[in-house]
Amino acid sequence: MQTAILGGKTLALDADGNLADRKEWNEEVAREIAATEGIAELTPQHWAVINFMRSVFEKEGDSPSIRRLTKESGVDTKTLYQLFPKGPAKKAARIAGLPKPKGCI
Amino acid sequence: MANTSAHPIEKVSIIVSHGSLEGVYPGLIMANGARMEGIDASLFFTFFGLDAIISKRMHNLKVATVGNPAMHMPTLLGAVPGMSSFATSMMKREMEKIDIPPVGEFLTMIHDSGAEIYACKATVDMFHLKPDDFCPEVDGVISVGQFYEKAAGGQIIFT
Repeated sequence: MQTAILGGKTLALDADGNLADRKEWNEEVAREIAATEGIAELTPQHWAVINFMRSVFEKEGDSPSIRRLTKESGVDTKTLYQLFPKGPAKKAARIAGLPKPKGCI
Repeated sequence: MANTSAHPIEKVSIIVSHGSLEGVYPGLIMANGARMEGIDASLFFTFFGLDAIISKRMHNLKVATVGNPAMHMPTLLGAVPGMSSFATSMMKREMEKIDIPPVGEFLTMIHDSGAEIYACKATVDMFHLKPDDFCPEVDGVISVGQFYEKAAGGQIIFT
């Protein structure tokens, strides 16, 4: 199993390289994952997306689709791609300490 | 990532040539999915596929209930007036459940994600279409030659 040192602790990762246990997640961990993804600073808009993803996952057991992110997170599609270049749903899920989204949309 | 192949796909150019609901959506889903994976994507609409980007028609695409064996419906039943509309509304309802947007909204999403959307010049000329006929997401009307230039270095997917 892959591991990574995040927030001063060695944490297990899943097969996709996302955090294996989302309970190990905290804001410091998020900032460190973001840095490895090339996002130097998490802005309030980043946090809006990350927190929205975590709240949907808590309720529904899967990360929201890009369509739901667009419609419900308060951040539009264009901005999502600027905030999380090269795949917002996938990257935001990783930074939020969640598994890679299962859906196709 | 589970499957790290030697040459990950970096760019796709997707051709949409059919104008039925089931003919249009696969291309849209693949384009959106590509952008979600960080893959560059462009869409090229040709022949009846152009209906998907014509403002007046994009909201009225229908499922083909005749000549489609996978509908598991006798041909004559499929031809009953209203059958195509019925099948279309059923499919749209199921798509909405799994968060697949209507065509217009989907095109906006795909375009906002950075994908480019083009119409085929030969078809535009053949059907006597004007720039005003298209939805605002269309980046231009281009020839086959220009399509190949834009597709250079990527994969071409024909649907």
